[in-house]
Amino acid sequence: MYSHGSESLIKQARDIQESELQKFYSRLLKLLQGKELSHETIDSLQRLLLILSATKYTQRLPPELQKRITALLSSSAEQLQVLSSAVLRETLPSPGHEVNYNQEKTSLMNSHAAALLLSQARSRADLSSLCTQLIHGLEVRQAEGSAHSLSHTLPVINTILTHSPESLSEEHVTLLSKKLVDWLRYASITQGGGASSGGFFTGPRSRQPVPIAELDGTVSGDFFTVLCVGQGFTDDQWMNVYSFSVLRHWLLAYHSVSNGNTTADTDDRSEVDGSVVSMVSATSSSSRLLPPKERLREKAFQYCQRLIEQSDRKAHKRIDTDLQKACLVEAVCILDCVCEEDASLVFRTFPCVKALFSRLSSDLTFARVLLPIAQFYLHHGETAAVDCESVWNLVFGRFPAELFNEHFLAHELLRFLRLNLESLQLRVPQYTKSFPNLLKFLAWDSPAVVCDFADLLPSLVTTGTAVELLHTLLDLPCLSATLILQHRSACLPISDTGGRPLLLLDAFRSPSYRGLFLFLLRGEAGSGDTIDRLSTLHELLAEAADWPRVVQCAQTVPVLLYIFFNTVITGADDKLLAHLILVMLERSSLLLNIPKYIKEIHRVFSSQLLRLCKLHPSLVVDQSHELLEFAGATVNVYNKEDIYTHVVWVLGEYLSVSCDSRCSVRLITSCFETLEAVLFEITSSAPPPGTVCPAPRVITTLMSALAKLASRSHDLIPRVSLFLSKLKSVNRGGSLPWCTNEDDLTAIVTRGEELWSLLKAPGVAQSVLTPPPYISTPQWHRDTNMATPLRLRALTNLTHSM
Amino acid sequence: MVRCFLIHTVCPVSALGPGESRVLYSRVFGPDESIVSEQSPELSPEERRLLQKEKVAVVARQVRSSVSLSREASGRPLVETVPGEEALALQEADSGVIRLRAGDPFDAEMSALWLGVQSLGFTLVCESHENLLLAEGTLRNLTRHCLEHLHMLGQGSEVLLRSNRVDALLSRLLPHGQLLFLNHRFAQSLEKEVAAYMAK
Repeated sequence: MYSHGSESLIKQARDIQESELQKFYSRLLKLLQGKELSHETIDSLQRLLLILSATKYTQRLPPELQKRITALLSSSAEQLQVLSSAVLRETLPSPGHEVNYNQEKTSLMNSHAAALLLSQARSRADLSSLCTQLIHGLEVRQAEGSAHSLSHTLPVINTILTHSPESLSEEHVTLLSKKLVDWLRYASITQGGGASSGGFFTGPRSRQPVPIAELDGTVSGDFFTVLCVGQGFTDDQWMNVYSFSVLRHWLLAYHSVSNGNTTADTDDRSEVDGSVVSMVSATSSSSRLLPPKERLREKAFQYCQRLIEQSDRKAHKRIDTDLQKACLVEAVCILDCVCEEDASLVFRTFPCVKALFSRLSSDLTFARVLLPIAQFYLHHGETAAVDCESVWNLVFGRFPAELFNEHFLAHELLRFLRLNLESLQLRVPQYTKSFPNLLKFLAWDSPAVVCDFADLLPSLVTTGTAVELLHTLLDLPCLSATLILQHRSACLPISDTGGRPLLLLDAFRSPSYRGLFLFLLRGEAGSGDTIDRLSTLHELLAEAADWPRVVQCAQTVPVLLYIFFNTVITGADDKLLAHLILVMLERSSLLLNIPKYIKEIHRVFSSQLLRLCKLHPSLVVDQSHELLEFAGATVNVYNKEDIYTHVVWVLGEYLSVSCDSRCSVRLITSCFETLEAVLFEITSSAPPPGTVCPAPRVITTLMSALAKLASRSHDLIPRVSLFLSKLKSVNRGGSLPWCTNEDDLTAIVTRGEELWSLLKAPGVAQSVLTPPPYISTPQWHRDTNMATPLRLRALTNLTHSM
Repeated sequence: MVRCFLIHTVCPVSALGPGESRVLYSRVFGPDESIVSEQSPELSPEERRLLQKEKVAVVARQVRSSVSLSREASGRPLVETVPGEEALALQEADSGVIRLRAGDPFDAEMSALWLGVQSLGFTLVCESHENLLLAEGTLRNLTRHCLEHLHMLGQGSEVLLRSNRVDALLSRLLPHGQLLFLNHRFAQSLEKEVAAYMAK
């Protein structure tokens, strides 16, 4: 598809020499001065376009050429219009020849010229003038009866409304709202384009107007909508299509237009009057009394109701069934918008929406239509006092569980959650418990949705489910593999003899392991933090560790863990934090074995452990039993070096009376002995086969921790000093079984010497290694000696500044 | 509304770096967003155009990355199609949607829908509140027309040499970036106009 030819064309266009370019310009100018439209002219203009658009740096055309091309904008040949508009959009007007947006020439403007004006607008004022002229053009043209050539007007106005609502005035809005009402509600109900009901022998006299039809072929009995068909269409039927296409945005944005000087008050009053009137005439259709905006709302409401009814008909073509779905989405969104503005419409709308929900809720192919319905329920369910449980069961239950692989649904559902987070947390209690289901979207297609989950995860962290959420996050790659198996299990026949997944598929289907997979696939939190046989599960899934989806998923987990911990640390009580530490210690050896995954998770754990203990130092004494158990297992030095180092560090730093008064001498001694044993072991023999020598950081951390503990319980000092002095006498030149690198050994021995010297003066050692809190976190304003000069200085500054 | 429509490469291009994408066709709709944004300093028109091109390039790169990750994850082999098999190519195309955060690269949050047809990607960037069902259908339709009228399954470079055809197509099916609710009759009528244009 993409060939070398294309690549070289682009290169040629970019590298064109200035002299060649000038020659080309003059050739083109000559062609344009001729009267005829030839293929050569078209090709040359196209070539000019390629040259201009191939580079991101703007070129200016010679003024004469620019003038000629500008004149082509109003040519009768559409190709010339298209090309001139495109060329001029890629270049800049010559200085002094910028378009004057206030000129009254645009009533004859075609779509391509309008595109140029839009793209070259320099300010809101330009857009405002453009808007005025387009609306003026609408009036003029409609009088002439050639509305189809106005097809670009509504899209351009909608664009201006999108980018710069202030460029429209109240007057514009009123005028257009009136026109929209006409086109939406009162378009012709007969077929256009000279369609006749007669056969071969009918002449023009017997040509009777044929009524429009519905998508299933029956004759239409109501006003024209986008879901009506005919042999040909009248101009106002075209405008009906364009009007509906811009309607939702128009209703959303027409409030943000600029208000005139005095229209502000009258606008408010008309809003109040309008809503009073609509409450009174809740069931009447005589809306002529309403001001234009309110009338448009009423007509929009009727149009949407009709669309919903029309969508139930069986269309014959695929494009039409797709359109029906899109219309349903649009209709429900418009109804939602209209009800937001006028709450009295909720009672008229809800029966219709509710009926639609019942009609569609059992058909998962309509899932994307059910999302706007869920939004409607969320916004207006309370007003109408409707029970929304079945809606949420769908959104949080069936959709993620069964449609996790549909990327458009995932995108829209997650967007719905993001936009309505506060509301959901308030009104839908099952939201925070539904994370096992919601995370299925992430497990399936991580790169596409990780951004959304980064935003949503904080809202899913609650005290009750935090631990389960942590376990679930750590097992996301397993969930990923399981979803693949579930998906394949549904797609592949059992007797497929292709590749590796088959073994795993057997395990997936076998009753003895079914429970493990079912736990991962659960829909709701609350049935247990994790399972006992996690290691079995990891062994089974070891095969899946190189599946691309699983690897992609594993890459997102560290980021999510950071977000999780950030959220959980603020406002969590000690009990929960203690539990989290235990989970981290336990899970550090219980992870799916994907290259780099375990290392990354260990890194996150290390940094979070440090952070937790810094914030709540008493946790260390609290969990000392488990921490010591971890620190005492020598095997952890070799296969969990990062975490091990940090555990030892926190033990050394925070196991003291100043951090927690429950810290006893016995505890300190027992910790000391545990760490001492490990240190002896790792410095007396080579590492076990299959592992590398421990990094110097581990050893120095152990030594420092021992020194710190000894400084708090001076009886231990001799023991440490003995070890450290033995270390001093180690042969630096030689290589040891536990440390093969000379630089590393030097670092270790140097540190050992420093600690040994420090411990010779126990009092000094204590203040250095266990600084009292008033040194590590000074609060000078509380200290009686320091506070007085500070206060005096502050008072002096205050009195001087008055 | 649709902010822009792009046709770009999603395969490795020898002249470019590994994650980069060559933009073969781009059409940005509407005024430049920097003229109404409070944040942008006063930019000259050249700078504005440059900025716009860079934004388009950013989108192309992000979609390229998304396409390759999606293809890697699904593990489906790429089906090579030849001219005449446009319907099959469309059926076999990968599709997806990415969220473009506010500021990256457009001022407001956008959704970029993409269709990956072998080595090329067709991307529609639209506002995040847009009707994505309609946008998806429109993108498929546009892609089909591009593949057919520009013979894109072959080795030619018509997408570069006949880009005015894409402009004309967009002016009918996506005028100024407006998504249209077209039933088969309206669509047929517009497609007839397009075909008449292409025949010239």
